Amino acid sequence: MHRVWAIIERDLRRFRRSPALMLMSMFMPLVQLVVLGYAFGGKIQNLKVGVVDEDHGVPAIKLHEMFQAVAANAKTFTPFYYSDKAVAEHDLRNGKINGLLDIPPEFSRKVLAGANPRIALVEDNTDQFSSSALEGALTGMMPAYNSPQVQPRVTAGATLAVVEVYPYVPYIQFLLPGVIVLAIFISAMIGGGIIFIDDKARGLHEGYLVTPIRKFELILGFTLAGALKAIIAGVVLISLGSVIAGIPDPLNPLRMMKMFIVVVATALALISMMFLIMVRVSDPLVPRAIFGVLNTVLYFPSGAVYPTGSFPAWMKAIAIVDPFTYSVHAFKQLVLKNTDLMAVSGDLLFLFVFTAIAMTLATVLFRRTL
Amino acid sequence: MKFAVEVENLTKRFGEFVAVDSLNFNVEHGEIFGLLGPNGAGKSTLIRMLTTLVPPTSGTARVNGFDIVREANDVRQSIGVIPQAMTSDLELSANENLTIFAKLYGIPREKRKKVIPQLLEEVNLTQWADKPVKMFSGGMRRRMEIARGLVHEPKIFFLDEPTTGLDPVSRVSVWEMLARLKRERDLTILVTTHYMDEADKLCDRIAIIDGGKMAALDSPLKLKASIPGKNIIEASFSTVPPNWLETMQKLPEAAEVKADGNIFRISTNNGPRTTVELLEAARAANVTVASLSVQSTTLDDVFVHYTGHQLRDNLQAPSAADSPFIMHRS
Repeated sequence: MHRVWAIIERDLRRFRRSPALMLMSMFMPLVQLVVLGYAFGGKIQNLKVGVVDEDHGVPAIKLHEMFQAVAANAKTFTPFYYSDKAVAEHDLRNGKINGLLDIPPEFSRKVLAGANPRIALVEDNTDQFSSSALEGALTGMMPAYNSPQVQPRVTAGATLAVVEVYPYVPYIQFLLPGVIVLAIFISAMIGGGIIFIDDKARGLHEGYLVTPIRKFELILGFTLAGALKAIIAGVVLISLGSVIAGIPDPLNPLRMMKMFIVVVATALALISMMFLIMVRVSDPLVPRAIFGVLNTVLYFPSGAVYPTGSFPAWMKAIAIVDPFTYSVHAFKQLVLKNTDLMAVSGDLLFLFVFTAIAMTLATVLFRRTL
Repeated sequence: MKFAVEVENLTKRFGEFVAVDSLNFNVEHGEIFGLLGPNGAGKSTLIRMLTTLVPPTSGTARVNGFDIVREANDVRQSIGVIPQAMTSDLELSANENLTIFAKLYGIPREKRKKVIPQLLEEVNLTQWADKPVKMFSGGMRRRMEIARGLVHEPKIFFLDEPTTGLDPVSRVSVWEMLARLKRERDLTILVTTHYMDEADKLCDRIAIIDGGKMAALDSPLKLKASIPGKNIIEASFSTVPPNWLETMQKLPEAAEVKADGNIFRISTNNGPRTTVELLEAARAANVTVASLSVQSTTLDDVFVHYTGHQLRDNLQAPSAADSPFIMHRS
């Protein structure tokens, strides 16, 4: 074991001397957390909706009032009135307005006659986020418009009552678990990929290989040293990230302890995966070249930025073997719901089994000669 | 165990390329054994096989009595190795570099505390023990690596081109250090180099390797004695009368004469005598001697004699460790 410690000691001493590269591994995910967190997931507001009223009846005026109410309160959209439908259509095509509401000439008559009255929404669907927000706002408005002035005491139709179990989760908090895993991944990539291969190429490993160290001791040393650095990055992210994302009671000691266990499991899984990938590589350009690809292939299918439910089958297949998926899931449980460890035991089990398999394969493939 | 290193039909191929071609030789205990040859001759591959870094394609070798394949770990415990690439940890101090390696060799703390300062003293680095190695000059770095290779008190010390890339002063100091360490520690040293003068001065025996094969093996003195002529006379003349080449060839003791315009290169078995006769012949023929030098045979001449060519550039043996980052200091 003393040889394993020698490898670890050397790596940590080096880390202490020149921490710049490793600090970068924490900085990038924090920037991503803040920028992506605020760039996505906010409520969409201030859409512009053109309104062409070809009816001018009283029921149409009731609609105008409701638009004004939305513009004043939820601010989802602001109505702009057009007298000429052709001008409105032209503006829609040129992107001056996001949607066009057409109140047809017969609208008031049909409302009063109860004969299937309709208004039409023509929307700019090149921007799906805006168009679905607009659709949502208008669809939500229609029952209110339809409800009779005098409410019956007992509602005849079935309604859906939504109960939210957790307080509102802003996107930045939804993103935090993925960003924690990303920080661990980047330090595994730098420590276990780039620095590891650079040392190999510079001949440092040649120096180790002429000593009586055993293959397994060497790999264990490299793995634990890499994992320690990744754990440092993970710990910084779970604490600093929780504060930045505005998690309630961000530094709750019990939750931090639980998260620390997931950080350790994630660091071990990712670093052993990295050694498995790099075990036969000697060209220092390789880890740099695959960094971006690996990051994309592991990070995005994991459900860190968007729920996995919407993915095509091949991407779901990646998600199943991707250690990111399980780490992100575990962190989501702990960060967003503050569950107990039992709720993440499946994730932890996967990560430890993954580590064991990757380490075994890496040891088998590792060559103790040049 | 009769020899420190025994090499038997040792061969290494990289695909079609034969880097080391069935070498046979033994290294005696306590000698400095030089492997001399141009780049790509197979010296580094040979050293890497003997230090268990590269498995041989065929043949065997025993180092300190242990088989390099079957008893690789025993070999590793009994040897110190300074690879060709600078393998020190630049961010760490000399002290830390030595400590890490002492731990890799499993040396207990008490012993480490004694051995490391002593080694740093021996390579004159005590003053810089706690400075990061990246601040060291090439010579200091090499000396630190030599100390590092000795932390576990090996029996046999392998050095692959230890002085390549160093300035003349550092080269001399590295060699003096090696000679002293050998005496004090009863070491057997295997060293590769392509500096003929160094090999001549410091090696007890020299193997000339070319194209993976052994071209010659003996002590520097015997190697030099083995080729025709003991001295080389180089003379240039203001004018060259006809038949001058024949006159030169007839000089007493002259073994071989080569002419290049007005310049004549004469190898002779008796430098002083041939020189005197040459001057007399010149006076008799009324030829002015423009310049004259008499030199002893050098290992360069030996090398040219046995390999048929000068130390020249050649392709390196392809090896798994070759990569853009390795500094081949040659």
